[in-house]
Amino acid sequence: MSLLGFLAAHSKLFDQIGIDALLALSLSLSLRAGQLALAQAAFMGIAAYVGSIGSLVAHWNLAESLIAGPLAAALVAALLALPIGRLQGVFLAIATVAFGEIARIVEINLPITGGAEGLSNIPNDAGTFLIYAMLLACAGGVWALQAGSRSFALAMAATREDEHAARTIGIDVARVRILTLVLGAAIAGIAGVLYAHANFFITPEDFGFTRMEQILVSCVIGGVTSSLGAIFGSAFLTVLPETIRFLHQYREVSIGVILLAVILFAPSGIAGLWKRR
Amino acid sequence: METPIALLSIRGLTLRYGGVTALNSLDLDVARAGVAGLIGPNGAGKTSLLNVITGVAGPHDGTIIFAGESIKREATHHIARRGIARTYQHIRLFANLSIWENVSSGVFAHPRRFTHADASAAIERVGMSERDLSRRAGTLPYGEQRRLEIARALAMQPTLLLLDEPAAGMNPQETADLAALIDNIAADGTSVLLIEHDMTLVRSVCRHVTVLNFGAVIARGDCEDVMADPTVIEAYLGAHRER
Repeated sequence: MSLLGFLAAHSKLFDQIGIDALLALSLSLSLRAGQLALAQAAFMGIAAYVGSIGSLVAHWNLAESLIAGPLAAALVAALLALPIGRLQGVFLAIATVAFGEIARIVEINLPITGGAEGLSNIPNDAGTFLIYAMLLACAGGVWALQAGSRSFALAMAATREDEHAARTIGIDVARVRILTLVLGAAIAGIAGVLYAHANFFITPEDFGFTRMEQILVSCVIGGVTSSLGAIFGSAFLTVLPETIRFLHQYREVSIGVILLAVILFAPSGIAGLWKRR
Repeated sequence: METPIALLSIRGLTLRYGGVTALNSLDLDVARAGVAGLIGPNGAGKTSLLNVITGVAGPHDGTIIFAGESIKREATHHIARRGIARTYQHIRLFANLSIWENVSSGVFAHPRRFTHADASAAIERVGMSERDLSRRAGTLPYGEQRRLEIARALAMQPTLLLLDEPAAGMNPQETADLAALIDNIAADGTSVLLIEHDMTLVRSVCRHVTVLNFGAVIARGDCEDVMADPTVIEAYLGAHRER
């Protein structure tokens, strides 16, 4: 089978890898600033619904959805940052998970979102090339932001290490936290719009806690302080279930075992393995 | 003779944690040059005072004037950018970042004028320029972590440096080196407020000392006079003065 044939035969899998990688990249921004903010699935859902409703009702094209959806997610993230701004660690995690549940329940109950059955007939115009182009653009944007402003990368690292000490050396920790949450929400929003336009239909369950859990596991396997590691982690986690189908019902267990092994023996994830060399 | 205006002037400062009064109507001046000592038994309120000065804790009453302006309600990072740097009683380096990254964080105090040369100068000043600067700060020996924390504060090019028990855990030679470093910092025009239990160090670098107990000033003045003050001896040793 030629390479093009292989890609065509597995295009849905590749699409999923690209979208999952975007989501992992989105969460890795918050994690690099030490913020366990678990609202990426909710941001993805908000953008997916805004983009899809725009396409179905106002006949937006994909480009318009790709602007409006992530913008809506970023705006919601900026508003969310106000009440959760002072929360840390497990409290921040619980608050953002609760926000995700609120978003899911709103999506189930709003008539315009199609309720529990979701929305269908979304234009299927997000191809593999576009998904990877967006992934490259987002990863490149994050890299450029760090390379262009070394102090931003240092501010994220210092905030992750010790928020209190970071403040006393002049870092505006609240700004770092808001910036990483909003940027992450915009990237998750891009993933949401692409997901909707690559899969014809969406339901609130697509953006629930199970999705968030998957994004978090991708980041842990890839390495929580590395954007590139998060992308590899999500690719690994998406491909793994397909390659171990022979394990039948034990497939799900294997992911748990791998996660445990990473936490115990390679806490820096895949990224830590290449940094050691 | 005209009295020089203090760099830091604190008046009537009160801080409470629930029912506990950590600082009780405290007055303190730090001059524009030299090293001021702040001593007192454990729990006297010394670190609480540094927390209030740096905006980490909000006082219930009183005023804090730094370089002629009130900093009482300012955010911690703004206070740092005004020129107040500090170290901690329990070291708070960015343990997983390199020596260089720790010191380069001086950029946040002066985003426009901070250069690599400033970071190198701070490292050299504490005598760590021979070190592998890519080494993780958390892997350094204890004494060097203390010095690196001072280097990080110096990289901020502060006007006022607050040192919270910098000699804690140091051996006599390291303490002597620290005394020389503090003298050197003060000689360059940076005001230093030194909290310390090691009286040898306090005697060697401070001319003026303030003593706290239960959040209030119980004595202040020339170092030797204060050390001989029976009230101070009683506060430290718990002895009852003969009346």
